[in-house]
Amino acid sequence: MDDMTPQTLLSVHHLTRWYGATRAVSDLSFSLQRGEVVGLLGPNGAGKSTTLRMISGNLAPHDGQIAIAGIDLFTEPRAARAALGYLPEQPPLYRELTVDEYLRYSAQLRRMARSTIPAALERAKARCGLATSGRRVIANLSKGYQQRVGIAQAIIHQPALVVLDEPTVGLDPIQIRDIRDLIRELRGDHTVILSTHILPEVQATCDRVLIINRGELQLSDTIGGLSARMRGSALQIALRRSPPLAALQALPGVVQVEAVDDVGRWRLVHQHDADPAEALVAQAVAGDWGLYELIPEQRSLEDIFVAITTEEPAAA
Amino acid sequence: MLLTIALRELRSLFLSPLAWSILGVVMLIVGYIFLGAVEEYARLQGQIALMEAAPGITEVVVAPTFGTAAVVLLLVVPLLTMSLIAGERRNATLPLLLASPISLSELVVGKYLGVMALLTIQLLLLALLPLSLLLAGTLDFGLLAANLLGLWLMLAAFAALGLFMSSLTAQPAVAAVGGFGALLLLWIVDWGGSAMRSDEGGNLLAWFSLQSHYQALLRGLFDSADLIYYLLFITTFLVLSIRRLDADRLYH
Repeated sequence: MDDMTPQTLLSVHHLTRWYGATRAVSDLSFSLQRGEVVGLLGPNGAGKSTTLRMISGNLAPHDGQIAIAGIDLFTEPRAARAALGYLPEQPPLYRELTVDEYLRYSAQLRRMARSTIPAALERAKARCGLATSGRRVIANLSKGYQQRVGIAQAIIHQPALVVLDEPTVGLDPIQIRDIRDLIRELRGDHTVILSTHILPEVQATCDRVLIINRGELQLSDTIGGLSARMRGSALQIALRRSPPLAALQALPGVVQVEAVDDVGRWRLVHQHDADPAEALVAQAVAGDWGLYELIPEQRSLEDIFVAITTEEPAAA
Repeated sequence: MLLTIALRELRSLFLSPLAWSILGVVMLIVGYIFLGAVEEYARLQGQIALMEAAPGITEVVVAPTFGTAAVVLLLVVPLLTMSLIAGERRNATLPLLLASPISLSELVVGKYLGVMALLTIQLLLLALLPLSLLLAGTLDFGLLAANLLGLWLMLAAFAALGLFMSSLTAQPAVAAVGGFGALLLLWIVDWGGSAMRSDEGGNLLAWFSLQSHYQALLRGLFDSADLIYYLLFITTFLVLSIRRLDADRLYH
């Protein structure tokens, strides 16, 4: 593959999958570097789970290749899957087993040497906050703890690639925070790809984001790049003693001034690459305008998300 | 790896009350049939003793008991095999296995060995019934061994077909009904054929019948053709199960 470097852990090439006449994933290509946490973002039905199921070897694509650490998933499935930990949307738990029994079985399925299993079991439990739950039967655990067991199962064998499908869905806010902390902890040791339709989740946990819609990659960017896209090009200000309109329009970079109300609130639209905030503050002090509010407008991640994903496909 | 999967399967079977109740119920019913046969033997003992080449207690008591035991087990084996794969599907645990570095053959054969371990325990318990006769007399051990081997092969065939039925669906109950129906059909498939005519078609149906191969072993006839029949039967359904699981990934 052309873009393979030693730092590339997962490479996905021209992946296509049909469900009957519906194309769930079409010609999807991306790659993951070692140690990064990547969020796969998209609305429901965008093809996130289908993509992750193909990466996990649970679903065969109609076309395309997947390689984990350079090993092709379809020609050498055993070697490729040894480097993989997968948490599906619904955690694959044997509810009648205890946490210890289940995790030990998971480790054995991954062909871990018998002597290394007890230490791996303790480490996985400690990481997932299950240290005291080893002897409990999984069926009796709460949803949040079952999710932790699901994650423990995916990392017990220290796989290079961890695939998490909607890891925080259905959890309460505290559990969500715990799981996000856990995912952040995995960064560096593991490469993580997680799917979600919640935008703040990506900001809280990921280095990079892949936005997909209708099975196609819409955007691949770093979180920093995403934040830059989110930076708006307007300031909202409130002044006690408003100057004449022309004074505001004369500020460097300002292209348009709107009065929000008649008691001194203004909206200054500026060029995207020129921020007039500093000049504004200096002039406000010099001219005694009584500036008491200055809010840079932010496009919410939602705005960008909606803008990207609802764009009509050109000449569809 | 086979052992890991087999042991977990066995453990899950024993963690549910199903395996225990099946072991108990089968022992109760077969034990009752066995007692009836022993009583019949005791009643007819005088007449049997007068016969030339008199049949021994093994032929009179053990073979009929095992013949009936097979019918009882035909009813219960689908209940033991129904969850093997259908249960994994229903509980959404199959992704764990499919994302692990194991092959589908290891998965299917491992599960098969797990359920066979339970059925072997059942067979050993059943073997205690004829062995109890040793308290009062002697047994024809050759015939007893043929009987046990026959029943074991029969159970192996039941389990293979039950496993295949389980691979077809996500509903264990459907797998149980399907397995039971298919086994019963294969059991009686020659009733129409061989009873009414002895031409080629009837013979073919008789060859397909699970029962006709079992009857020979119950009489103590060890024919390698019967053994091959069972091995073919088991292999066919295990391979079909593997193919079915493979197809899951392709068309879903």
